[in-house]
Amino acid sequence: MVTIGAIIYEPGSTVRNKTGGWRTFRPILNTEKCIKCEICYIFCPEGAIYEDEEENFRINYDYCKGCLICSKECPTNAITRVREEK
Amino acid sequence: MGKRFPREELLAPGHRGCAGCGASILVRMALKAAGRDVIVVNSTGCLEVFTTPYPETAWRVPWIHTAFECGGAVASGIERAIKALKKRGKFKDRKITVMPIIGDGGTADIGFQALSGALERGHDIVYIMYDNEAYMNTGVQRSSATPLFASATTAPAGKRSKGEDRPKKDMAMIAAAHGIPYVATACISYPEDLMKKVKKACEIEGPAFIHVLQPCTVGWGYNPEDTIKIGRLAVETGFFPLYEIEHGEFRITYRPAKRKPLKEYIRMQKRYRHLTDEDIEILQKYVDERCKLLGLE
Ligand SMILES: Cc1ncc(C[n+]2csc(CCOP(=O)(O)OP(=O)(O)O)c2C)c(N)n1
Ligand code: SF4
Ligand code: SF4
Ligand code: SF4
Ligand SMILES: [Mg+2]
Repeated sequence: MVTIGAIIYEPGSTVRNKTGGWRTFRPILNTEKCIKCEICYIFCPEGAIYEDEEENFRINYDYCKGCLICSKECPTNAITRVREEK
Repeated sequence: MGKRFPREELLAPGHRGCAGCGASILVRMALKAAGRDVIVVNSTGCLEVFTTPYPETAWRVPWIHTAFECGGAVASGIERAIKALKKRGKFKDRKITVMPIIGDGGTADIGFQALSGALERGHDIVYIMYDNEAYMNTGVQRSSATPLFASATTAPAGKRSKGEDRPKKDMAMIAAAHGIPYVATACISYPEDLMKKVKKACEIEGPAFIHVLQPCTVGWGYNPEDTIKIGRLAVETGFFPLYEIEHGEFRITYRPAKRKPLKEYIRMQKRYRHLTDEDIEILQKYVDERCKLLGLE
């Protein structure tokens, strides 16, 4: 059903669309090597990098599209990459 | 520990932007800088299409889609409506920012007149031109912001053509010629610089115009992981200098220690792959002249 004026009432509703399936490569973040510089966090086009309760950066694979910007930009090489197995 | 960047995510994941898209990086940064009290105006283009696959939206702030021609006019109307409502006691202590985020095609070409009108009338808006240097959403047609010698589907490189045959339209300087209080250039590879400018633009009364360079993996032809690297090279080579003009005062906000050869930037992108070293020399001279004009050695 189309709403009047094509109004969308639910902000951020694209979260229903899990884009993790787009990945060819999977970035893997090694917390031991992470200096929490926030570079991967700010450059991720998906906002797929977040902090857990211990304030460690983690990758949300539901949405990560595998662009590998995080891996390329990490100054300590804390983010490596592996090919996704389907 | 103090956080470098705000944590609130005002652009939701699940949007359909290409992997490594520079436009979504720009929006995340701009909204982190501006905060929640923002109304975004978005003309047709990649950003509009990939963030709002009806009936879904990635936006967590109020957002309106406009036809190509009228981003500046719609933003003006919203700004006046807020003013009128404030007079009637609504939104008392809130500073609400009206923020058009519109592509180079929607800004430099099709929405140009509406933008000029909005700037000239002095509306309190923060206009962000997200520049991927072509009409990406419809398949990489050239816009007036497409740079010299870049190949585009409507300016294809071939036997008799080196691609686009006109230099890039200088939108920041055109905006500045309206005598508005704030103009800046920015690039997604320099998040602190970009966010500082967006914040400043939100605080300043009257029109602000920020021209943001945003590499596009599809249209420029490079691996998604290089989005930030390419943006950095655009700035480090002097191809896209970072500056601001605040109440008429010009200031370079980032000065590369030593400008890198333009070739490093050009050779990373397929849209330039037809160029010979001599062609790149022509571009280098052009960049050198522009940098000199801006006081960048
Ligand atoms: C008046 C009009 N002409 C053409 C189109 C088709 N169209 C839709 S998106 C688009 C490209 C937009 O380019 P730009 O503003 O640079 O944004 P980008 O897609 O590059 O992000 C075009 C030509 C349209 N929607 N309306
Ligand atoms: S870029 Fe690397 S070091 Fe910095 S926060 Fe991310 S994983 Fe940690
Ligand atoms: S690979 Fe790309 S999408 Fe995935 S977490 Fe890294 S930057 Fe984000
Ligand atoms: S074509 Fe370019 S601007 Fe458009 S979504 Fe893809 S990367 Fe982003
Ligand atoms: Mg464009």
